[in-house]
Parts: sequence; C-alpha cells; structure tokens
Amino acid sequence: MPDLLLELFSEEIPARMQAKAADDLRRMVTDKLVAEGLVYEGAKAFATPRRLALTVHGVPARQSDLKEERRGPRVGGPDAAIQGFLKATGLARIEDAKIQTDPKKGDFYIALIEKPGRATLDVFAEILPVIIRTFPWPKSMRWGERSAKSGSLSWVRPLHSIIATFGPETEEPDVVKFSVDGIETGQTTFGHRFMAPAAISVRRFEDYEAKLKAAKVVLDPQARKDIILEDAKELAFAQGFELVDDQVLADEVAGLVEWPVALMGSFDEEFLSIPDEVIRATIRNNQKCFVVRDPKTGKLANKFILTANIEATDGGKVIIAGNERVIRARLSDAKFFYETDLKTKLESRLPKFDQIVFHEKLGTQAERIKRIERLTAEIAPLVGADVEKATRAAHLAKADLLTEVVGEFPELQGLMGKYYAQAQSEDASVAAASEEHYKPQGPADRVPTDPVSIAVALADKLDTLVGFWAIDEKPTGSKDPYALRRAALGVIRLIVENALRVSILNVAVSALGGLLDKWPREAVVDSQKLPSELLSFFADRLKVQLRDQGARHDLVDAVFSLGGQDDLLLVVRRVDALGKFLDTDDGKNLLAGTKRASNILAIEEKKDKRTFDGAPDAGLYQLSEEKALAKAIDQVKSEAGAAVAREDFATAMSAMAKLRPAVDAFFDKVKVNADEPAVRENRLKLLNEIRAATRAVADFSKIEG
Amino acid sequence: MDALPAHMRPERSFQGFILALQRFWAEQGCVILQPYDMEMGAGTFHPATTLRALGPKRWNAAYVQPSRRPKDGRYGENPNRMQHYYQFQVIMKPSPPNLQDLYLKSLAAIGIDSSIHDIRFVEDDWESPTLGAWGLGWECWCDGMEVSQFTYFQQVAGVECAPVSGELTYGLERLAMYVQGVDRVYDLNFNGRDGADKVTYGDVFLQAEQEYSRHNFEYADTTMLFEQFRMAEDACKKYLAAGWQENSKNLGGNQKEHLMALPAYDQCIKASHVFNLLDARGVISVTERQSYIMRVRELAKACGEAWVHTKAGRAV
Repeated sequence: MPDLLLELFSEEIPARMQAKAADDLRRMVTDKLVAEGLVYEGAKAFATPRRLALTVHGVPARQSDLKEERRGPRVGGPDAAIQGFLKATGLARIEDAKIQTDPKKGDFYIALIEKPGRATLDVFAEILPVIIRTFPWPKSMRWGERSAKSGSLSWVRPLHSIIATFGPETEEPDVVKFSVDGIETGQTTFGHRFMAPAAISVRRFEDYEAKLKAAKVVLDPQARKDIILEDAKELAFAQGFELVDDQVLADEVAGLVEWPVALMGSFDEEFLSIPDEVIRATIRNNQKCFVVRDPKTGKLANKFILTANIEATDGGKVIIAGNERVIRARLSDAKFFYETDLKTKLESRLPKFDQIVFHEKLGTQAERIKRIERLTAEIAPLVGADVEKATRAAHLAKADLLTEVVGEFPELQGLMGKYYAQAQSEDASVAAASEEHYKPQGPADRVPTDPVSIAVALADKLDTLVGFWAIDEKPTGSKDPYALRRAALGVIRLIVENALRVSILNVAVSALGGLLDKWPREAVVDSQKLPSELLSFFADRLKVQLRDQGARHDLVDAVFSLGGQDDLLLVVRRVDALGKFLDTDDGKNLLAGTKRASNILAIEEKKDKRTFDGAPDAGLYQLSEEKALAKAIDQVKSEAGAAVAREDFATAMSAMAKLRPAVDAFFDKVKVNADEPAVRENRLKLLNEIRAATRAVADFSKIEG
Repeated sequence: MDALPAHMRPERSFQGFILALQRFWAEQGCVILQPYDMEMGAGTFHPATTLRALGPKRWNAAYVQPSRRPKDGRYGENPNRMQHYYQFQVIMKPSPPNLQDLYLKSLAAIGIDSSIHDIRFVEDDWESPTLGAWGLGWECWCDGMEVSQFTYFQQVAGVECAPVSGELTYGLERLAMYVQGVDRVYDLNFNGRDGADKVTYGDVFLQAEQEYSRHNFEYADTTMLFEQFRMAEDACKKYLAAGWQENSKNLGGNQKEHLMALPAYDQCIKASHVFNLLDARGVISVTERQSYIMRVRELAKACGEAWVHTKAGRAV
C-alpha cells in the first residue's frame, strides 16, 4: 500500500518546540486519516532545526465506498420538511427517494445515499493544507510580501517549501497537489545550510532520509542526540575524563544542529576555584556546552565539549578558539561574582529583604524569614534538632537569594547558600540546611535527614501553606501558581520518611499565630477553620501520593474519617496495617459483615427515624450467637483499643479479626428484625456496636468494595 | 569591488568594518542613513525603524546608531560593557524571502567565513515594552558568541505590521573584537593604521566612558531629569493633538491626516532616554518603573497611530 511523505521546510524552529511539533503533526494527520476512514499501518514524524517531516505508510489508495439509507419525513408531510430532506441527502427530486411503509406510522421517504470513496491523494490534498493553516505552534508569526494582507499564513518562522508525495513503493509517487500561502507542494528540499545547500529532489521517505544524510542532515533527532552523546563521551574518554551526563542539554543541542560535530575546548585551570556547579551552569546555560570530570576525583576538569553544526574545513580550530574566548569571558564574570559574594557575610545581606515584597498580602521577605525562624524554633524540639542551630539555619537559609551568583543562576539557590555558609565557618548542619530546606522538590527528589534541615524545611513549607491559605490563594484544578501541592507533599514525605511525630494541626495553628501578628492586613478566611481545612488538603495530597504508589486511597478516607487524625505518620501506619488486614480473608469477611450491619442499620434507622446508639441490654439476648457477639465485641474493643493506644496497628487489626466468626454466626442464625420490638431494638443496638468497635481502627463505611 | 587598502579591511579597522557593512547593504538596495541626532537606547528607536516599520510602503534602510544604555556604564573598567556603543541596524520591509542568506553574506563581507565558523540561529523572541513592539526571530551565534539579533517585527508602537519587516541588529564592537581578535573593546584598532598613526577605540571612547559613567550613576541632575520627562511627555501629547487634521483636503476631505508625527515621536525618544538615566541613578522604585515604561509606551503607541495617518505611513 502507498506511503505519504510530508516535509515542511522553514527557517530555524526553536529547539524547545521541535519534539512537540513533530508529535502534533503526526497526530493531526493520522487522526484526520482515521476520521476519513483510512486505516494506515504506521506513522513517524521527525524534526530538525529547519524541517518537520512525516511519513505515513500503508495507507489505502482509496476510501471504500459508502452506502447509507437515510429516513426522511412521512409521505405528504410539510413541504419544508421535504425540502430539508432533499437538501440534506442531495437528492434532486423527492421522486428519487424510495417509500417505505411502516404499519404503525404510515409511509416514509427513504433516501439511498451512495458515497463513492475518494482517492486518498485527493483526501490528502484536502486535509493537509487545513492542518498546516491550523497548526498549534506555541507562538507563530507572519512574514514577507503576503503579510501585508490579512489571513496570511502564520508559521513558527518563515515557511519556504513543502514536499508532499503519495504513492506505492515500486512506482513514481504522485505529488499531493495543494498550495498554502503561495507555496506549491513539490518534491524538492534542501540540504545542510552551509555544507550542502543545493536543492534535492526526492520521491518517498526512504530516499528522502538517505539523500538528506548525504547532504549532511541527520533527520532523526534521537539519532542526532545519540551522535552528540557518543562523540562527546569518546572525546572525554580519549583525554582520560568522563562526560557529565546531561540528557536535557543533549535534547536541546540536538534541536540546534542538523549535522552534529562534537569538539573539545579548554579553559584556564584558575577557574576551577569556582564551585563545579557554577562552572557547569555557566557553560551549560549560556553556551549549551557539556562539561567533563576527572573520574578519579569526581571534580570537573578544565575542559568543555561543544556541538558545532558543521564539519569545518580547518577541523574546528577556529570554532574551538571562538568558543573558548566566550567561555573564558563568561567564567571570568562567574569568578568575579563568586569572589564578590564571598566578601559579604550572609547575615549582612538580610536587611535588604526589608525592601523585597514576598507577596503583597503576606509582607516582605524579611517578615517571612522571621516567621520561618520562629516556626523553626518551635518545630526543632519535635524533630530532634538543636534549637539554636536550627534557628541560625533558618536565619541564613534565604540569604543567598541576594548574591550575585544566584542572581545570575537562580537554579543554584540554596547550594550557593551552603557554600557561602561554609566559607564563613558556619556549623555543617547550618550550612547544609541552606540547600536542603528546599527539598524535597518533587516526588523523585531526595528527602533531607539532618534534623536541622528537616526543621527549616518543614517551617518553610508550612509558612507558605498557611500563608496562602490565609489569603485564600488555594490551588484550584490545574492551577497551582505557588506550588502548594508540592509543598504539602514535601511536608508529608519529610514526616513519613523520617518517621517524625508532628501534629500538623498544632504546627498550623502556631504558624497561623505567627502570621496573624501582622498579616494579612484584612482577614480573608476564617482563621478558626483554617487549620482543619489545611489538614484535609494534606489528606488529599496523601491520597494522591498513596494512589501513585499503588496503595488504596479509600483507606486514607477511612482513617481520616475517624477525626482528629493530624499525625501523618500514624495515619500512614494505620492505612498500611488496614491495607494488609483487608488483604486477608478475615479482613474481607469482617468488612462484608460490617457493611451488612451498616446497611441494615441504615434501613432501620430510616424506617424508625431514630438511631440505635447506646449499650445493648444483656438481659434481652435470646440466642447464644447474640451473647457470643456481645462478648467478642467487648473483647475486641478492649484489645484493639489497647493496641491502638500503643500505636500497634497490626495487633489492633488481628484483634479485629477475632470479631469475624461471631459476626458471621450472628448473621447466620439471628433474625435482626425480631417480632418483639424490644428484642429488635436490642439487636440493632448490637449491630451498632459492631460498627463502633471497628471504628477503633478505621471507618469501615468509607472503604470501597 | 575595488581592492581595499589594508587599513580599510574589516578585520583590521573598526571604521573599515562599518564601511564594509554599509557597502554590503547599499548593494542590496538599502538607503544608507546616518545616525539619528538624538540619544536613544537602541537602533530600533530610530524613526527609520520604529515609524517606517508601520504602514504598507516598501522601505529598505541601513545605518549605524550610537546606543546609550546609561545603566551599562562601567567607568571604562569592563572589557566589553559600555554605556555608549554602536549598533548597525538593517530594516527591510517587506522582509525578503532570502533575508537569512543576505545576513550570512553580510557576515562573509566582514570576514566571517561560514566554512570555518559555526553560525547558528538560536531562538530569541524580541519584545520592547517601551515601544509596544514584539517580533519573533533569533540571536545569531558565531562560534558560541551572540553577534546579531534577527527579528521579524509583528507589532510596533501597538500597530500590527502589515507587511512584516525584517530587522537585523549587529553589535559592532563585539563583532569587530572577534574579527580583530582582541579581548578588550578599548584595544580595537579604530583606523586600521599601525605605530604612531594607530588610533584605538580606547583613544576615542575611554575617557567618555569614564565621564559618562560618573554622570549617569552619580551626578545626573535628577530634579532636571524628572522635569524633562514630564516636559517631553507633555510636548509629545501636545504635538500629537495639534497634528491631527480632520477631513484633510489632501485626502479628498473625508479622512483624518496627521501632520506632526515625527516631531511628536522625537519627544517620545527623549522621554525614553530620560527615563533610562533616572533608572541608572536609582531614583525610580520597582513599582514606579513599570508605570514609567507604560507612559513611554502610551506615547509610542500614539505616535504610531499618528504615523499611519501620514503620507509615508499610509497606503496612498
């Protein structure tokens, strides 16, 4: 079956847009094909800086013919309905319609519509220009003579030519004829901008890709990335170094070249006095070059690897020299910034924060730092941190935001704080907290373990959460501009992974107290309700996290529903024990029994318009199963209660298991709705006791299944 | 082309470098203008770009424009940062289909050979909040160094460009440093001569950098500047208001025409530069800063609106 080749050749497409554009092109064309009833075998899209290309193979040459009967108005119906029917079906006269007799409703017109399938070539000629005109570039532009008129084509950068061919492997393919904004489709493209700029005539994808390669263009971005990384590794290895792996940079560089050529340059060793991360950020962010390290020391070497877009006739000498000059200038700046920063103590930077607004409703950065310090001092004893060190750490943790290096490279915030704190001989934990208190930044990030860092990290995140809650800037839907979900998840992971015992409610109340001293200027939300609202936000985040880990999120509800659960570590342990219990037969049956009890109670409570609280009367038990159940409930209540008090949830669950045979036997033998009202009431009270007993570990009614 | 004397070769002298670019773009049909006689932050502010980019008429021009960035002064101590430097500006309306090729040929004309240099077009979207302008394009890299800006104007002075102009801006000192192989801008050979006849960029501009840095950061009279800003703003509005002609006879009596867009725009340029000086003096707070930028933009937009009602800015 025939294949499509499409190439959109333009001026340089931003690297960051290429991958999505290739994907969009493939999706839009194949979606449209499927909508046109054309089932294809495969499709693949590619991007280089100057072209988007798509091959769709195994597309039928024609659509199949369609036959359809369409039912129309009744015979003798209103003229408007008949005219509408003719228009909708394309019939010339109503006499062309068949008449179908319906015994109940009378006679109806039926139109027999035969739609012969079109040639796929024509279908492409119709859909491709629409896709090009409506292509979803993040930013697009107009250009040239035609931009004088409205409605001219918008593309990411000026579009120069379009290849569109369709045909089977063995024959000369047809050009899919259309034109967009004066650009006629054809079979011509161009090679590398500098090394092979001549026009190339192509037939189909196979010769297209091969001819481009001969014209110094590697079409597949993955192949370019592989070349870059392999060549870079080899260059580094040849000199006894190893490449500092950087997939993100490799992807970006692959989008900047059509013919990657890796070259190695060097810089003065004196620059190695700058921290490695600063050297890397300088070389990577500004110059898109890789750095290499000495495998023996793990430290950076005074080398870098650049990716040129040409095989220079001088072997790259001039290119290397040029890049070295730029990198030397950049590193001199970085060294100057770093050395300037070292001359100022972190604490003497702090007064400047008086001038910097953190959020207009939450005060200045200086005020925020004071709040974090205060909260850190309160949290420190709870997490086993030295109060003095933790407070000092909180005092300095944000100071590096005002340094030159962080101004230049915001991604080095925290890390530079650590270096500068070390340089002024701060305690190691205090220095580390500058970097660590930002962690964890996401589900994959490391969680700090040093108590000083933990205290500052919790205080920082909780101040943020409480603050934005207080001014009613909660995340909604996909909008979370202050990354509050990430902050809450960070708190959860800090607590759970370090097995900390912290009452979220108490800390939130305390954080709120510190905030309300001054901010917000006008009360926005009810400060009484805020801590518990925040707690349910934590419950939601915990659910999401457990779900992501494959755990049952309904169990989180079952535990939070008990009320007063603000110790996240205990919540997680309880959920964990509950999950294990429900995996056993005892657990499943007990859940079933409890649900049955709850269902019966719900019905009877509704019927009688009352609840069946209160202890059952032992004197009204008639059957041994009733007595056995009552006994089991008493026993389980005290055993499970004692175990829960010891925070031994596994034992609490096994105690629960003892309830199961008594519950099963009760439902087997005992008729709950006894004729005698007093007995019935007593039995319902007993059922209520089952529900109450299980609440020692969780609210079973919230558990699904 | 005539053989150039050695001292005029672009890789030997700064002036030869400029002349080579002018000659190249003259051959592409550009009018070669001289710098605009006002202080401005970039070549884009020149009315030959800002205003001529608007309206349907063809326009191809190239010129050197001294650019004043008061905040970038370093008292002559930084190897390549200055409060006064030169931009070479090219504007072609509508943007020709081979503008990228022309640009690459212009690099060849100043001695940058694309068979040994790595020339790249790296995404850089351009926006000037003060001019109410934006466009898409690239920064052009040569061996890892940014040497030019390449922009397809989409909107200028709040007006959609129809047709779109292509704009090229070369940082002349930086490129010349590269071509001459010097690391300090003040070491550039200005006149291409040797020995006692040699004049360097430092001979011409170092003292000026020192004096103006002192002026921009320490002594510029802020009371006067605040007043000048206000006066320029008022004058711009006044000239704009006075320039409108309802039912102009030139246009058959039923259309609006503007007769003073250029003098009004001069005051907008003035206001913009005065704002930059105030900013360098550190007397404008973060929140005020935004409002000053907005005020200049309002002037620029009103001037753009006036321009498209002038003879050079409208269709007929």
